[in-house]
Amino acid sequence: MAEPSPLVRPGSPGVLFMAFTALALKGFGGVLPVAQHTLVDDRRWMSQEQFLELLSISQVLPGPNIINMALIFGDRCHGWRGAVAALSGVLLAPLMLVLVLAAIAQGLRNQPLVTDALRGMGVVAAGLVLSMAVRLAGELRNSVLGWPACAAVALTTAAAVGWWRWPLAGVVLGIGAVAMALAWRRVGT
Amino acid sequence: MTSLWLGPGLLSTADLLHLTTHFMMLSLLAVGGAITAAPDMQRFVVREQGWLSDAQFTASVALAQAAPGPNVLFVAVIGFNLAGLAGVLATMVGMLLPSTTLALAASRWGDRNRSSRALRAFTVGLAPVTIGLLVSTTWILLEPTRTQWTTAALLAATLVLMLRTRISPLWPIAGGAAAGMAGWV
Repeated sequence: MAEPSPLVRPGSPGVLFMAFTALALKGFGGVLPVAQHTLVDDRRWMSQEQFLELLSISQVLPGPNIINMALIFGDRCHGWRGAVAALSGVLLAPLMLVLVLAAIAQGLRNQPLVTDALRGMGVVAAGLVLSMAVRLAGELRNSVLGWPACAAVALTTAAAVGWWRWPLAGVVLGIGAVAMALAWRRVGT
Repeated sequence: MTSLWLGPGLLSTADLLHLTTHFMMLSLLAVGGAITAAPDMQRFVVREQGWLSDAQFTASVALAQAAPGPNVLFVAVIGFNLAGLAGVLATMVGMLLPSTTLALAASRWGDRNRSSRALRAFTVGLAPVTIGLLVSTTWILLEPTRTQWTTAALLAATLVLMLRTRISPLWPIAGGAAAGMAGWV
C-alpha cells in the first residue's frame, strides 16, 4: 500500500503533550476518532495499520482505550517522559475544563432551571451509552461465539448488573469467565 | 477554599481511602471503558454509602459528556461532587493508577503473544459482556427519570440521531437540556 507521506517521529515530550492536549480538546463524545485523524493523517506519527494495532492492544488492557493508547505511544517514542507527556496531555486540560463546569453547576444547584437541564441531559447521556452498545452489537455479527450465545451473555450481564445489582467483580469474573471459556473452545488454535 | 478542596464535607479521610480502593478494583475490571463500571460506582456511592442521590449521579455523567476529552472524566466529576478536589484525586487516582501501571508494564514486557488463543478468547468472550454492561449503565442512568414516558421518547430520539446521522453528540445533549428546562422530562 502506498503511503501518502513518510512517517515522522514526534520531536520531544513537549510536542507529544501539545498534540495530545489539542486532540483531547477536540473530542466530544469520544476522543478516539480525533486521535486517529491527528496521529495518522495530520502528524504522520503512525500508519493506519500501526494505529489499529495500538488500538487493539489498548482495548485488551484494562483502562480507558485513549488513556492506554497515549501512554503506550508516548512510552514507545520517548520512554517514561513521553508516556507522562502524552498522558497528561490527554487528561490535564479537559480535566480542568470539566471541573470548572462542575464547579459552576454546583454553584447553581439551587436553580430549578439548572437541575431541570441536567435531568434532561441525563436522559441523553443514557442514550449516548446505549448507542455505543448498539454499535458494538452490530460488530458482534461475525463473532465466533454465534449470536445466540452472545445475546445470552449480554442479557445475563445486563440483568445481573442493572436488575439484581451484582458487583462488577462478580459479573466480570463469573459471567465473563464463562463467556471466555466458551470463546476459548470456539476460537480453536 | 475548604469547600473547593473537600466539597460538601460529607467524607472523612477514611471514606476517601475507601473510595480510592474501591475505584482501584474497578480500574482493573472495567472491560470496554470506564463507563461500564458506572453501575458499580452508582451501587457503591449512591446505594451503599448514600453519598450522592440518583439525580446527582446521573447529572455528573451528563455534565462530563457535555465537555470534550476522554469519557473517563465522568469519574472526576463524581469525585468533585462527592468531595471537591480531594474527591477528584481519590476517584481519578483510583480509576487510573492500576490500569496505567499495568498497561505500561504490559507494553514494555512485550506484545509478542498478541495473536495467542488465550488473548483471542479474552476479547471475543468479553465483547458481549461489555454490551450487557453498557445496557445496564443506560438503565442505571435513567433511574431519576424512568417513570415518565417522555424519557423513552428522548432516549429513542438520541439513539436515532447517533446511529443514523453523523452529527456531534453536543446537539442531542443541548436538546436534552432544552427538553429538561421545558419540563418535558
